[in-house]
Amino acid sequence: MFLRSFGLNEFYFLLESLQWTLALTGLAMVGGGIAGFLVALMRTARTSALRIAAGVYIQVVQGIPVLMILFLSYYGLSLAGYQLPAIVAAGLSMSIYASGYLGEIWRGCIQAVPKPQWESGESLALTIPQQYLYIILPQAIRISLPPTVGFLVQLVKNTSIAALIGFVELTRAGQLINNATFQPFRVFLTVAALYFVICYPMSQLSRWLERRLHVGSRH
Amino acid sequence: MPYELRLEVLAQYREQLFDGLLMTVWLSVASIAAGTFFGVVLASLRSVRGGPVRFLVDAYVEVIRNTPFLVQLFIIYFGLPTLGLRVGAVTAALIGMTINLAAYSTEIIRAGIESIHKSQIEAGEALGLTQLQIYRDIIILPAVAKVYPSLCSQFVLMMLASSVCSAISTPELTAAASYAQSQSYRSFEVYIAVTLIYLALALTLRGALALIGWRLFGRPGGRAVQPTLKVEAV
Repeated sequence: MFLRSFGLNEFYFLLESLQWTLALTGLAMVGGGIAGFLVALMRTARTSALRIAAGVYIQVVQGIPVLMILFLSYYGLSLAGYQLPAIVAAGLSMSIYASGYLGEIWRGCIQAVPKPQWESGESLALTIPQQYLYIILPQAIRISLPPTVGFLVQLVKNTSIAALIGFVELTRAGQLINNATFQPFRVFLTVAALYFVICYPMSQLSRWLERRLHVGSRH
Repeated sequence: MPYELRLEVLAQYREQLFDGLLMTVWLSVASIAAGTFFGVVLASLRSVRGGPVRFLVDAYVEVIRNTPFLVQLFIIYFGLPTLGLRVGAVTAALIGMTINLAAYSTEIIRAGIESIHKSQIEAGEALGLTQLQIYRDIIILPAVAKVYPSLCSQFVLMMLASSVCSAISTPELTAAASYAQSQSYRSFEVYIAVTLIYLALALTLRGALALIGWRLFGRPGGRAVQPTLKVEAV
């Protein structure tokens, strides 16, 4: 029996599949970002029904495993009669997952803007959309940068779960190569190293942004 | 023809699902206990010793926090046997979850320890407390109390993440669900039901952790608690 060995070609295959990890992350960030922004707005809305609905949504998304969101959209969509490629199911699931966490993170950022900022906007006769656009959001976005980059690290790592519905990203590629070479230690350590190369700089960036944000407010 | 939900098929698999649920609960509780223990030890080691110990602890924390849990599981379950260390699926899950959670709790508790003001420790010294008392009553307990809410969130995340242990054939809740759906071809019903079980589990865990926090630190979530020093009369 002839086994392939883990060599340069296999490494290139992993690098290629890393693109799909990044593509899925990008997709989830855009989809989850838009939905999460709406959830954050609802969560801070003046109508209590909207606040409650968004709160329930966040509780549910944060209370179920990412894998279950993946399975439900993967099997649910095919039941509904859509034969969609794995990237669509994965992108949709990761977006739902991201929206639940980003919604809650951004809610905190919107509420971290001091109340007098709202009041001064009101006293200038700005409408509520104007208050958001010109006063609250510019400040909230600044506050939101460190935790958002921090969440991006979680997102990159959690795209690995899409491997379990057969989407060939970095982890799934690692499984495939492992099946061909049976050198699991080498293969998965390389896979882990590739994730680390992506995630570590982002973690450090998040930390640096955090420090810079709090530079004026140290005791 | 519209699809009909047939939830009654689940009844035949209730034993498997229940066993899976128990396994998920066991893995979560065990890894929370072990992970917190190692988190306290590593965060303390890191703050007491500088140099190589600090570097090693930090490296461990960063490596674990910046790689996916699923890949960590694969390294343990598929990789260790090639080095001659054979581990079962349950043991591998337990090791993986503990290693993962220990890294996160080290990081969280480290932040708690760093938030303890130096003057607190000096006050303890001025009161003639021993090193052990200072460490326990002024550093660790208030530090853990301060970061308890973050720890709890991490515990819930770990419980949810345990669902990927099914990928290394650990017989937990998701694995039971996969079995039930492969037998019944009722994937949507099975996963809806199991999702609801996870949701209930997450809410229960949050509630239980809040209760424990209340018991340990005096209020749910244990935010901003002052250390209660018992100064005994001489």
